[in-house]
Amino acid sequence: MGYKVRQKNIIITFFTVCVLILVIRLFFLQLINKEYKITATNNVLRYEIIYPSRGLILDRNGQILVDNQSAYDIMITPRELEAFDTTGFCAIFDLSSERLDQMLSEIHERRRSIGYQSVIFLRQVTNEQYTRFLEKSYRFPGFSVQTRSVRNYPSAICGNLLGYIIEADPSFLEKNPEYRLGDYIGRTGLEEYYEKWLKGEKGYSIYLRDVHNRIKSPYEDGEYDKPSVPGKDMITTIDLSLQTFAEELMHNKVGSVIALDPSTGEILTLITSVGLPTKHLTNFGAYYSQVISNPLKPLFNRAIMSAYPPGSVFKLVNGLIGLQEGVLKPETRYSCNMGYKVGSLTVGCHRHPSPTNLMQSVMMSCNAYYCNVFRSILDNPVYENIGQAMDRWQEYLKSFGFGMRLGIDIPGELSGSLPGTALYDQIYGKNSWRSLTVISLSIGQGEIGTTPLQLANLAAIMANRGHFYTPHLVREIPEDPSFSPEVERKEVMVDEEHFSVIVEGMYQAVNAPAGSGATARLAAIPGVDLCGKTGTAQNPHGEDHSVFICFAPRENPTIAVAVYIEQGGFGASQAAPVASLLVEKYLTGQIHPSRQWLYERTLEQDLLTRHLQ
Amino acid sequence: MRRRNRSVLKKIDWWVVTIYIVLVLIGWLSIFSAVYDPEHGQIFDTTQRYGMQLIWILGAWFLAVVILLIPARIYALFSNLIYSFGLLLLIIVLVFGVERGGSSSWLVMGPIQFQPAEMIKVFVSVGLAGIMSRPHFHIKTWRGIFQVAAMILIPAALILLEKETGLALVLSAFVIVLYREGLPGWIPVTGIIAIILFLLSIIWDPLYVLWLCAGISFFIGFLLAGKKLPVLITVALLTGAYFLIPMLLELFSIDLFAHLERYQWFLLVAAPLVVVLLIVAFRRRIVYLKTLLLAFVSSIILIFSVGYVFNNILKPHQQARIETLLGIDDDIYGSGYNVHQSKIAIGSGGLTGKGFLKGTQTKFNFVPEQSTDFIFCSIGEEWGFLGAILVIALYMFLLIRIIQISERQRHSFGRIYGYGVASCIFFHVFINIGMTIGITPVIGIPLPFISYGGSSLWTFTLLLFILLKIDASNE
Repeated sequence: MGYKVRQKNIIITFFTVCVLILVIRLFFLQLINKEYKITATNNVLRYEIIYPSRGLILDRNGQILVDNQSAYDIMITPRELEAFDTTGFCAIFDLSSERLDQMLSEIHERRRSIGYQSVIFLRQVTNEQYTRFLEKSYRFPGFSVQTRSVRNYPSAICGNLLGYIIEADPSFLEKNPEYRLGDYIGRTGLEEYYEKWLKGEKGYSIYLRDVHNRIKSPYEDGEYDKPSVPGKDMITTIDLSLQTFAEELMHNKVGSVIALDPSTGEILTLITSVGLPTKHLTNFGAYYSQVISNPLKPLFNRAIMSAYPPGSVFKLVNGLIGLQEGVLKPETRYSCNMGYKVGSLTVGCHRHPSPTNLMQSVMMSCNAYYCNVFRSILDNPVYENIGQAMDRWQEYLKSFGFGMRLGIDIPGELSGSLPGTALYDQIYGKNSWRSLTVISLSIGQGEIGTTPLQLANLAAIMANRGHFYTPHLVREIPEDPSFSPEVERKEVMVDEEHFSVIVEGMYQAVNAPAGSGATARLAAIPGVDLCGKTGTAQNPHGEDHSVFICFAPRENPTIAVAVYIEQGGFGASQAAPVASLLVEKYLTGQIHPSRQWLYERTLEQDLLTRHLQ
Repeated sequence: MRRRNRSVLKKIDWWVVTIYIVLVLIGWLSIFSAVYDPEHGQIFDTTQRYGMQLIWILGAWFLAVVILLIPARIYALFSNLIYSFGLLLLIIVLVFGVERGGSSSWLVMGPIQFQPAEMIKVFVSVGLAGIMSRPHFHIKTWRGIFQVAAMILIPAALILLEKETGLALVLSAFVIVLYREGLPGWIPVTGIIAIILFLLSIIWDPLYVLWLCAGISFFIGFLLAGKKLPVLITVALLTGAYFLIPMLLELFSIDLFAHLERYQWFLLVAAPLVVVLLIVAFRRRIVYLKTLLLAFVSSIILIFSVGYVFNNILKPHQQARIETLLGIDDDIYGSGYNVHQSKIAIGSGGLTGKGFLKGTQTKFNFVPEQSTDFIFCSIGEEWGFLGAILVIALYMFLLIRIIQISERQRHSFGRIYGYGVASCIFFHVFINIGMTIGITPVIGIPLPFISYGGSSLWTFTLLLFILLKIDASNE
């Protein structure tokens, strides 16, 4: 029997060895190797993102510029789809049956990749469609509604100022790894610049899911869920009533309006026209092609991007520089005989009393006067050559904020163009240009390009008699006390004493009696000391651009405005009424009966036809 | 009658019965947990698998009681009849079988459906015990070997025809019975080595397997040889010729391996050496050398037939399963998916597991077949290493107990039958648990007593309780 015992023992040993192999393997699998635990977690947990509500954008008085509302997307779950009443479905959503068939077949093709999930079938249906669908939803198995938060705009104002929300594209995601596919981001305007505050923090709920990605139950009763943190509301410097009033005035006109408080740099109103209507912003994707194909370029924020010749408003600057350089005295008189004529060169002027002193030259906007002023600046014997004088002149302009970004808190601001020695050396050759060559700069024509924002800033400098604050749009973020707008006080290179005579000229331009040759009498407001300067920028492509900058009241001004209307003709005819009506509305809260006709005329003006020819 | 019953109850091996009941209940709870869904929380719900399993369990217990009432001697008496009935069932299935999930091994009779291929273990165990317990049966004779081989291979072939490869492979476990009854040890050992060589030659380049064989042969030769020097010289000759000749040829800028695979070069070098050694072995009558050379040559033949078998005989899903097992095919979304998910489930269990009904991987269907072939995942995930060890220990204890019962039988019929039971349970347990943790091929056989399914549970109940009845009647 001995060998039988041996075989029994060998068999038992064999069983034991095999079982030990299992045990050792289990030991490594369950106790040593951590990889499988992690994979199991990834396998089974599904993070459902909770999107935060985006921060509100309020005006300076707490009025809502942008808030959120619910949008309803009709979702489809292909796995649950059954035959349904297609005619009824089409009737609710205004679809043709061919379109529905086409959409369904597209979904059918994608059904494998969709699996058990739901995808958007109809995006942002109307409230009415939503309620009609809800009543009958039992008849449409496989369809459901998903509520989403979208932007809402209680007042129709300039969308370029606010910006829009759009799904993040792949290139953005690459640069910003904290965003995920399907996240919405702010684009352009305040939405983009203040994305960090507005977006809030995403939260998540953790669910257990099965192999088909179906949610089974909350994980640990939601103990590890993270609530979303809503975006921070922001109080802007915009005055909503003034903004909407300006929108009204700018209706059917192409150009920009900027009004700011010169004592702080706070922008009260910013308009680019033609801009993005707010009604297109909520579901911007749907209007994108329409916006892009519009010849008036609504996406282009003229107020901060377009470089226009400033026209006669630029005379203010040349006058101030002349005074500071000592080449001009308030009592200096130049004569004008319908223009400035040297040899073959003529800079034309309009008919006005002649000769004029400095104050009168501002009031009457004499071209010849500033040709003389500008020549004496450039040909100042203090400087070795014209190049040095030009460099000096350029420095002055920079101190006024020209040729550089002012630093407004919306993206896309451009610097305009500020010519200097280098440019003219390049165009004409070194030492082969003279003050006469660049004489058009004297009246704000030629190679200079300024943005409407820079012109508004010039108005603020005039109002402040020599300094300005960084123009900005956001005043306060209540939930973030550490936030303060990046505002700097900057001094221009012209002393305060030189301003009084120029400001007097601006005052007279508006308020001088009839027959005095004042250019902007149309802008006079009963009871308000408005100081302004007209400009008419030559436009080789059509009618001249109409420009007006102003501030009020004369002492301790509270508002400075720049209006630039493309192809508006004389500065006095289009831009001045808009600016003065705006100031009047802001300072008196109404339009004086004697100016009602001007208000109505401005509303009726339709300049779009000039652009669309 | 009553007295006899009482004597059965007194003589029955209660250890085995207890383990049996514990395993069955563990199975039921694991199935409940594996398919648990809060919406169908009622454990007696017969629309769910755990509800059905309860019916199977009660049926199995009824079956056990019936077995205990039937006299034990009928198995030895009618062993041939019982075996033939089993074969008949397999043939009937081939004709009337119903296709379910790629195999046509199901017999459907009204509401009852079962798998004769699963039951065949009982018939073969009884049949083998009947034949081998005859007084003039000798396993060491050709006649004996032929008889038992036929009794195992015929049903195996029939089951293969039903495309139930796994259940056919189970029958190979009866080699253990044959070994116990005197089959020379080298036969199963050779079999195991052949399987290892087969697997190695799939994973490795044939060259390495050849070198491995040569190395092992030299090692054994060195141990057995009287004079050690000739062995060392032979080693030097083989390695020298293999490495130096190509280097020399390279000096004459002839690239030997441009036209020749390396393993072909190895064979070219080894062939004359083998011939010379064979002549030496026969001349001088060195027995061990003859055996060694024979083994070496047959290994080489085996290695090169593997490629043929693998590519031409095995079916794609079998190839895929072997590749997965060997770690060649890492496609965790393809054929490797089951094992990968199963390893995740078990691996995530840790020491103490996630707790009853708290397993996530099995419950949410990440593991396929989670209530049948992969039920061990549920145990590993929810009860952790400790739970898994407990279940394995229960099986081990059961196996040892069955062997002890077998060894104490006065009649060899009972002993042989008992070893048959132990072999089948062992094979199922080792392969099944092994496949859930990625060390054995996924051949789709259930875990005894625990996996969901009536055929499997009733088969193992029958196997076990026939043994218990025989043991209780052991005078």
